Amino acid sequence: MKQLGDLAGVFAYLSLLTVGGGMAAFPELKTLTVDVHHWVTFPQLLHYYSLGQLAPGPNMMMVASIGTVVAGLPGAAVALVAFFLPTGVLTWGIGRLWTHMQTWRWRPAIQTGLGSVSVGLVLAGAVIMAKGAVVDALHAAIAAVVFLLLLKTKVNPAYPIVASGLIGILAYWLAGIG
Amino acid sequence: MSDPAPFASPSVSLARLFWVFFVMGATSLGGGVVGYLRTGLVVRNRWVDDVTFVELLSISQTLPGLNATNMSILVGDRLRGGWGAIVATLGMCLPGATLMIGAAYAYGIGGDDPWSKAFLHGIAAGALGLIVVVMVQLGAKVLKSLADYLFVLATAAAVAGFGVQVPYALIVAGIVAIWWHRPRDRTPK
Repeated sequence: MKQLGDLAGVFAYLSLLTVGGGMAAFPELKTLTVDVHHWVTFPQLLHYYSLGQLAPGPNMMMVASIGTVVAGLPGAAVALVAFFLPTGVLTWGIGRLWTHMQTWRWRPAIQTGLGSVSVGLVLAGAVIMAKGAVVDALHAAIAAVVFLLLLKTKVNPAYPIVASGLIGILAYWLAGIG
Repeated sequence: MSDPAPFASPSVSLARLFWVFFVMGATSLGGGVVGYLRTGLVVRNRWVDDVTFVELLSISQTLPGLNATNMSILVGDRLRGGWGAIVATLGMCLPGATLMIGAAYAYGIGGDDPWSKAFLHGIAAGALGLIVVVMVQLGAKVLKSLADYLFVLATAAAVAGFGVQVPYALIVAGIVAIWWHRPRDRTPK
């Protein structure tokens, strides 16, 4: 029971930090799940996060994986509800008020101001993720190539990410043989 | 402007609402869920027009929460009120959640295998490339002045460099950045 309570607390808290997308919450996600609660190791967190990018739908469904690791199916349910309910209620309420705020003078200031801060949070998340994901020159090259490919083309991100995994396997095979 | 009241749009059954969001939740592979949402909601079903879609998207991006689920809530609420919001969100999340629960069990069985690890390290590097692209695209939309770039760097350095907790960084940098962009038309200075 205590673990379900911890899951609920952690993911409800994290959900409120997802300003500008799931990656904005990544630094706190790492601190809480890896360093504080020891639910997963940092490499495991990176693996789940990356698999979550491949899954269809919202890109943070990996919270269900963490919930499962901690407490099975009930854990997954608690993590999902905690992660989506608080912000969901907020969005629902603000969505209904929004038309009344259309002429509010502070609205553009809030949109622009929070916009730059959320890019900063995503950058922080990417830096922390890079510390774990870029373990050698090969993986740095994979990240760089995928970045350029997605920036310059309209290819579905799932393909280059799966290809990255296959290159990882190929490198392991070659290194294992050589 | 009309109030975003429930039932304001063409009447849609809750089952239909669930199904359309479920299909989007199951097929939006590889991120870019916004594109799938527009195709499903604006083009195919004509549940919202493009102007409304962009407006709802800007709410989704400003508020905490993921774009995909925030959009499900806003569109579901417009079409069928509170129940519509719940049903749309469930449909959107169910396929991915089921897959990621399955992934956790599979990981428990085969995650320590060196071949799986080699694959997972590879996709982690690829996913990092995706994150940086998303950040660059988000940045191209919202960063307009030198000050905006400074807010980005200050926030990132505080969190990733000095270990400042995200809520503090969010509140402090948020207040400074909002104040910087404050409405000035009546306070010439």
